[in-house]
Amino acid sequence: MQLDIITPDTNVFSGEVTSVVLPGIDGKLGVLNNHAPLITTLAKGDVKVTKASGEIENFPTNGGVVEVLNNKIIVLAE
Amino acid sequence: MANLKEIKNRITSINSTVQITSAMKMVSAAKLKRAQDAITQMRPYAEKLQELLGNLSSSLDSSEGVYSQEREVKNVLLIGVSSNKGLCGGFNNNIIKRVKTLKEEYSQANVDLLSIGKKLQEFSNKTFVPDNNSAIPNDLEKIFDDLNFSNVSEVAEMAMKWFANGVYDKVVIVYNQFKNAATQIVQAEQFLPILPPEQTAENTSSVEYIFEPSKKEIIEDIIPKSLKIQLYKAVLDSYAAEHGARMTAMHKATDNANDLLFDLKLTYNKARQAAITNEILEIVGGAAALEA
Repeated sequence: MQLDIITPDTNVFSGEVTSVVLPGIDGKLGVLNNHAPLITTLAKGDVKVTKASGEIENFPTNGGVVEVLNNKIIVLAE
Repeated sequence: MANLKEIKNRITSINSTVQITSAMKMVSAAKLKRAQDAITQMRPYAEKLQELLGNLSSSLDSSEGVYSQEREVKNVLLIGVSSNKGLCGGFNNNIIKRVKTLKEEYSQANVDLLSIGKKLQEFSNKTFVPDNNSAIPNDLEKIFDDLNFSNVSEVAEMAMKWFANGVYDKVVIVYNQFKNAATQIVQAEQFLPILPPEQTAENTSSVEYIFEPSKKEIIEDIIPKSLKIQLYKAVLDSYAAEHGARMTAMHKATDNANDLLFDLKLTYNKARQAAITNEILEIVGGAAALEA
């Protein structure tokens, strides 16, 4: 699935991923392929991304909003 | 007849002016490019946020939040964005003029000015003393030293806090909008209270989202974000407009200096020729006098 992490200053990450773990405001939540449409806010924490190549990368954020729709995840981070 | 040496001196001095103005033009052109890039970077974020907000608020009454209360306007805060440096044509003067007219418009209310940028700050120090609100910072020119979202959002948070606490009943942003390198449009945009979003048919989504924690809480989280983005956009716009204005001003200055240089060179050559002709005449006259 496609993941975009956008901040007001720059586009941090954009690419194919197999799973994403987000620091949701009510606790961590993982998103895999074919997740139902979801809008949620993020708390301060790390966005853990497992790329299609199997590589794992962490992106620290100060909060934000996430939209999941049709295997496309958009993280509006701060 | 102008003195040859005088003209020569003027030519040299104008030559160095041309060098300075054309260098400044180049610098502004490079900075303009960067400023435009920053706006392009921010745009997807702003659009997505607006879209989310549209999706959410279509089903909720958005007029109940703290930031959308319409109150009787007794205290107005103007947030003006200018530049730190001059030599950019009417850029800063246009902002100052607009601030003055807005102050007259709200003459029945207390008007305070929060200046981002040195040039407006200087004006504010002269005209808006004493400030009704001593908490207004007067060192916001440093924002342009390192222009990023977190710096600007601090200012937005401050204004939002004042509005929520009832210090101000209305907040307006005055800035130069970047249209293209040669054109800037002075904008006065209402920041708070939030104007209700225009409801369009495409805003209403047909998708059933899961909302976590709840729609209302998400909206309350997004609204401050979108306000910060609004101010950040204004500052970025103004920054790009400043460099556009400076580039145009310096371009014109270079052109004018070149025109002047052309005229001066013509005068110089004429004077030189006249001097030579004079000398020859004297020699010929002297020789003729000797022969006679």
